[in-house]
Amino acid sequence: MTLNNKLVVSASPHARSHETVRGIMLDVIIALVPALIASVIFFGPRALIIECVSVGSCVIAEYLSRLIMKRPHTIGDFSAVITGLLLAFNLPVSIELWKVALGAIVAIVVVKQFFGGIGQNFVNPALIGRIVLLASFPTAMSKWTAPLSWLNSVSKLEGITSASPLASIHALAKGGAMPVETLKEMLIGWRAGCLGETCAIALILGGIYLIARKVISPTIPLTYVGTVAVIMLIAGKGNLTFLAYELLGGGLMLGAIFMATDYTTSPITFKGKIIFAVGCGVLTSLIRLFGNLPEGVSYSIIIMNILVPLIEKATMPKPFGTPKKEKKEAEAK
Amino acid sequence: MAEKKSLGKEFSKGIIIENPVLRLVLGTCPTLATTTSVTSAIGMGISASIVLICSNIAISALRKVIPAKVRIPAYIVVIASFVTIVQMLVKAFVPVLNEQLGVYLPLIVVNCIILGRAEAFASKNGVLASAVDGLGMGIGFTAALFVMGTIREILGAGTFLAGFGGLIGNNFDGFSIPFLNSNPILIFILAPGGFFVFGLVMALANKLAESKGKPKAELKGCENCPMAKICNVRDKVEGCDKKEVEA
Repeated sequence: MTLNNKLVVSASPHARSHETVRGIMLDVIIALVPALIASVIFFGPRALIIECVSVGSCVIAEYLSRLIMKRPHTIGDFSAVITGLLLAFNLPVSIELWKVALGAIVAIVVVKQFFGGIGQNFVNPALIGRIVLLASFPTAMSKWTAPLSWLNSVSKLEGITSASPLASIHALAKGGAMPVETLKEMLIGWRAGCLGETCAIALILGGIYLIARKVISPTIPLTYVGTVAVIMLIAGKGNLTFLAYELLGGGLMLGAIFMATDYTTSPITFKGKIIFAVGCGVLTSLIRLFGNLPEGVSYSIIIMNILVPLIEKATMPKPFGTPKKEKKEAEAK
Repeated sequence: MAEKKSLGKEFSKGIIIENPVLRLVLGTCPTLATTTSVTSAIGMGISASIVLICSNIAISALRKVIPAKVRIPAYIVVIASFVTIVQMLVKAFVPVLNEQLGVYLPLIVVNCIILGRAEAFASKNGVLASAVDGLGMGIGFTAALFVMGTIREILGAGTFLAGFGGLIGNNFDGFSIPFLNSNPILIFILAPGGFFVFGLVMALANKLAESKGKPKAELKGCENCPMAKICNVRDKVEGCDKKEVEA
């Protein structure tokens, strides 16, 4: 009897993983928690409100669009929660709440559900949400609030506006002052910036958790950050302080660990991942060094997302045993 | 001639079922460029419609005179003449519109809706049917531009019909939308927003056309293609009926 149970004859696949979409998404949410806590500490209760509005709008938008399109519901897999969290992490604390909801709706409805829901989006939904908001409300999206100003400021919404350290370090070359933040402050996230991008330690902690749980492979984050580091080292003529500010400033850590590693919009093969991450790094550095914008992580990830099908095609592994001569024929098929 | 029977149909097909912008996806460039405000959308729609009707009539009347091999240059000459007339009239009587449309006004010459209708309809049908077809297509084009322009201007600038007085010669400056006026969602008047709105309105038009019992606009092989006579793709494509080409 026991033997019979072990000898099940069925069509492949025979080996199944116990991983579920929901389990993976829960792991990502756990990995985002340190950054979430850091954002609330540095930017106050309003950060939590923005995160709740963003997550709430994403989940409601996903529920309603699936309902209208008469498709099975997918809110149970928590992917909308992650989109909402990542979108909120990409927004400044002073932004109006209806703008947050608008970005969430664009992310879920236009980018994700119009293209078929989870696993079908051609670019990262949260990043498009951010880019749409950045193009629509340039002033509101680049109004930075100094950390902890929510404690001593009378008008909590206004806070104290402050330049982002990345803008300062770029202005340095043109005769500006050094960023007010020291490198140690940059590391713990004591700086102006988007909600979730400031605390590098919390983000790296989340990244290590994801890698340890084998949710993401370290290839993309390491290559991405490494490429930026090499280019910035050359651009800064070996100036390590400049390099450190570039790596810790802006949304590089958030983008490299949580956005560029999105399953749907990053390549599968190892070679493909390397090409993808190097492309992200080069574009980010080029936008930061030569572009009009101080920050280029979101645009570079989106551009590389669009290139992923081509990268996949170029790095498609050869079927085992295919002789060299037939390689072209196999590709043609 | 079976023209009279189908005149009503020739007219109404251009509005939704064969709407040039939303169903045939022609003239996309002027559509995206001029729908940033309702005023310029209406101006563009009307100018292009006038050229379309006139060129349809002229080309239909000349269809037996124009040799098949040089018909495209001949059509372009006809269309360009009407565009020049329209441009001169606009410059003289509505200079505001001329400034708003800029280069897109002379570019009506190469608007593929006009050349497309000349090639696909006017060159095969009588003068009256062609005029009605032009009118229907023109109204369809203007309506599509108006809908897109309305959405984009209200959301992206918080106004409606701003500067419309310039078209009709008074000081009317449109309406201001209360909340959006101070918080415009800029992306809607930028190119990406234009594509978003274009896609959504196109989906809506498909839905409307489907509800009228017409499935998605599709090319029915070579028979709908205006280039069928001179095109030799059929010889290379499997399953193409070679007899049709010879006939």
